[in-house]
Amino acid sequence: MSETGASGLGGERRPVPFRGGGFVLRPHRIAGAAGLLALIALWQIGSTRGWISALMAPAPSEVLAALGVIAADGTLAVHLGASLGRIGSGWALGTATGLAAGLAMGMFSLARAAGLPVVSALFPIPKIALLPLLILWFGIGEPSKVATIALGTFFPTAIATFSAVDGVPRSLIRMAQSFGVPAPRIVWSIVLPGALPGILAGFRITASIALILVVAAEMIGAEFGIGAFILQAGNLMRTDQLLAGVVVLSVLGLLVAALLSWAEWVLLRWR
Amino acid sequence: MDLRLEGVSHRYDALPVLEDVDLAACDGEILAIIGPSGCGKSTLLQLAGGLIQPSGGTVTMAGAVPPDCLNPITYVFQDFALLPWRTVAGNVALALEHHPLARTELRDRVADALSRLGLSEFADALPRQLSGGMRQRVGIARALVVNPAVLLLDEPMSALDAQTRELLIDDFLGVWLQQKTTALYVTHNLAEALRLADRVAVFSRRPGRLREVVAVPIPQAERNQPAARLELAKIQDALWSLIRDEASAADREMAHV
Repeated sequence: MSETGASGLGGERRPVPFRGGGFVLRPHRIAGAAGLLALIALWQIGSTRGWISALMAPAPSEVLAALGVIAADGTLAVHLGASLGRIGSGWALGTATGLAAGLAMGMFSLARAAGLPVVSALFPIPKIALLPLLILWFGIGEPSKVATIALGTFFPTAIATFSAVDGVPRSLIRMAQSFGVPAPRIVWSIVLPGALPGILAGFRITASIALILVVAAEMIGAEFGIGAFILQAGNLMRTDQLLAGVVVLSVLGLLVAALLSWAEWVLLRWR
Repeated sequence: MDLRLEGVSHRYDALPVLEDVDLAACDGEILAIIGPSGCGKSTLLQLAGGLIQPSGGTVTMAGAVPPDCLNPITYVFQDFALLPWRTVAGNVALALEHHPLARTELRDRVADALSRLGLSEFADALPRQLSGGMRQRVGIARALVVNPAVLLLDEPMSALDAQTRELLIDDFLGVWLQQKTTALYVTHNLAEALRLADRVAVFSRRPGRLREVVAVPIPQAERNQPAARLELAKIQDALWSLIRDEASAADREMAHV
């Protein structure tokens, strides 16, 4: 028992150099907020000093004031309500049908063989390009906008669900079969929970797609809605209101992301 | 209950994996199945439990099923096959939920199975929190909760390290000795087969044929005694000489796909 026994064999002792540093990410909570605040502060300073044109890019304080005004006089509620209604019904419709199609393609060979080429072919089409056609079909009112959002969310949901179902380990299904678990219960107890992480990841994508599509559709033809509000503000050169609308969209996106994070935390605690 | 395979052959497309196997696990015995890797051991077990249909031959069962048996032929899997989103108790309960049982009876049966494997205090743990040995204990508890007539164990210890394996074999044997459920036990570990089996069926490499069935004439409870160990070592040598060349040839075989 002598670890130093070999030291007599000669040679100068040198420390082994440390080479394992770096490539480790640590959380910096304050830095995240500080970056955003610094950007806003810089913008504010630029505006008050007159470096930034007040017409082209009004100061953050003016955007905030405009936001306060439209919130107080009810304008915001009307436009936000219209947009949320379209997102809600369009996303729900696209998600429900996408889930059904994805589940079918994940579990039945015939549905997969028939459905996958169709879904793959239609998925890359920017759905906003179909809005004029949908307006011809359904008229200029709500149905054409809802249909655009539903179409836009259907395909990513179908594809995410399909690959999530496909990725549920076969061994778990075999196990359930070996215990005589009936097929509908296998879907409910094994396939769906096993596919849930992939499905929720798909929701993240479809939520942002729905937000993009509702704004685009409202800019093409709508009286109310955040998209219509931003477009009107632009036409009137009311850049403070325009940016207030953009801020609302940003906050809306963040809220949806937070909601989904919370859903993942609750539903996927087992991971 | 007996489980009998008669003239069973199986092929995956053009690849024959099992040829003309006649083998029966008799009531109350552990029949170990050993052979080189790729000899169709796992396929044999899937055929025995009706998870795949044989290309030829028949699989039959005969004899009485134990009282309140809910799933006569029940598997224990190599990869445990636990649902990661369910607790230990939830995983065991999965085997019962589709049967018309009162809630209290379901709970009692789950609690009983967990306590038999020493899992009671882990009832609310998730699989990811458990070691491999504990996970396989859950797999065994899930198999026992249905009161099976035949247990099919597909290399249940091969995902575990050697020490865990020793402990789990002792535990499994302790539970098995209380009921002596008929068991088919697939393994590639000779020592494991000789600790547990009443008979050892030796298979050739692919396409798997039954080469020999070797009886182990020592009761399982006595196999840790020195005299028995000597005897077992002799049987192990005999078994190894039986499969040595096959194992070596199988090892050097290239995949055909």
